[in-house]
Amino acid sequence: MGLLSKKDIKLITDPLADNNPISVQVLGICSALAVTAELKPSIVMAISVMFVLAMGNTVISLIRNIIPPKIRIIVQLVVVATLVIIVDQILKAFAYELSKQLSVFVGLIITNCIIMGRFEAFALANNPWRSFLDGIGNSAGYGIILIIVAFFRELLGSGSLLGFKVLGDSIEKTGVYAYGYENNGFMLLAPMALITIGIIIWVQRSRNIALIEN
Amino acid sequence: MEHIELFFKSIFIDNMIFATFLGMCSYLAVSKKVATAVGLGAAVIFVLAITVPLNWLLDVYLLKDGALAWLGPEYAEYDLSFLSFIMFIATIATMVQLVEIIVEKFAPSLYNSLGIFLPLIAVNCAILGGSLFMQSREIQTLGLAFNYGVSSGIGWFLAILAIAAIREKIRYSNVPAPLRGLGITFIITGLMAIGFMSFGGMLTGGDEEKTTEQTVVVEPTQQKVEITKEAIDIAKNEKEIKE
Repeated sequence: MGLLSKKDIKLITDPLADNNPISVQVLGICSALAVTAELKPSIVMAISVMFVLAMGNTVISLIRNIIPPKIRIIVQLVVVATLVIIVDQILKAFAYELSKQLSVFVGLIITNCIIMGRFEAFALANNPWRSFLDGIGNSAGYGIILIIVAFFRELLGSGSLLGFKVLGDSIEKTGVYAYGYENNGFMLLAPMALITIGIIIWVQRSRNIALIEN
Repeated sequence: MEHIELFFKSIFIDNMIFATFLGMCSYLAVSKKVATAVGLGAAVIFVLAITVPLNWLLDVYLLKDGALAWLGPEYAEYDLSFLSFIMFIATIATMVQLVEIIVEKFAPSLYNSLGIFLPLIAVNCAILGGSLFMQSREIQTLGLAFNYGVSSGIGWFLAILAIAAIREKIRYSNVPAPLRGLGITFIITGLMAIGFMSFGGMLTGGDEEKTTEQTVVVEPTQQKVEITKEAIDIAKNEKEIKE
């Protein structure tokens, strides 16, 4: 394995902000919106995607010279599907409640555009160690957006984080609720996920002018 | 009656884009012009109409718990559902390849206008999502599966048509620079999703249907976390007040 040279570190840090898979590359949106009603499933989802992407990138990179070009997509699909089946079975075994909550979105990691996108754009042309790092970087970028969106949605929508009520008890009216604050249940519903990501993109592009479209 | 209910439910209430966010990537990428949006939407309807019933057959006669009973009584305990993902995606990839070959032969102009998007439909979350939701919601008959495929496709088509039309209209509007393009599309889609939520009372006219819808989207854990349940109650109350 090689050293972590400067170029390698860039593989991990670039997708965190400047080349973020969700807000810049526009990949992997579907699951980012659907599972972020609570923080815990989002973290689990981010870890699952990290496993699939890092392992998948490495495997594809290892066999990149022996894949016949005509069946490239099929080989990629088989690799991803196998990894996702493993993740799904592990989740069902060790975190059954969570896997019920994530329901079909664990399966939809197969069609998560980030994974196929990175296979095509990176793993097929680079060595395994760099592909592994690229996988970690992109899934970390994906995970960050997921966690930010879930943080706000759960905090404003149910007044809790990871299941712990942090704003006080809304029934007993302690904490912030004593002053008349009420949970915004709307944040837990579908449309607010879209609008939250829109705002994140707004903030990101205000800070990094190079990303603005014409 | 069940067919009509499923048909309208899948288009408006369980809309693939606005309720379950399936197929967002191509939705955002292709919606700059109405013409390409219409082409992609039609292709999605077509592929869903073929793959959902096929995957239903696979699920019922091969993959489900006890599905292999028709081979012989000793096979009745086999549960091959863990193979669902790979079987579904294999069917979808094959069908899309087939559709591509047929379209290239019989409608070359359509093939040229769709370009790269036809093969990309194979990895569109909407297609796999349609099959997976068909499996998780335990659709009962082949006719209902076909119905579900077509109506989900029509729902997706409606969504991408609407956003493409809106994006064409706002091309000369004064959108703030950081929001231009992607950002404003997200926010507009969010607003459209809010609009589509109004269809929630369409079929039963009551709260039962909507609560189920909330459960599908929010999916509280079975540990009965009180906060989430209470949040749903508040959302329900908000809806009741809005009515």
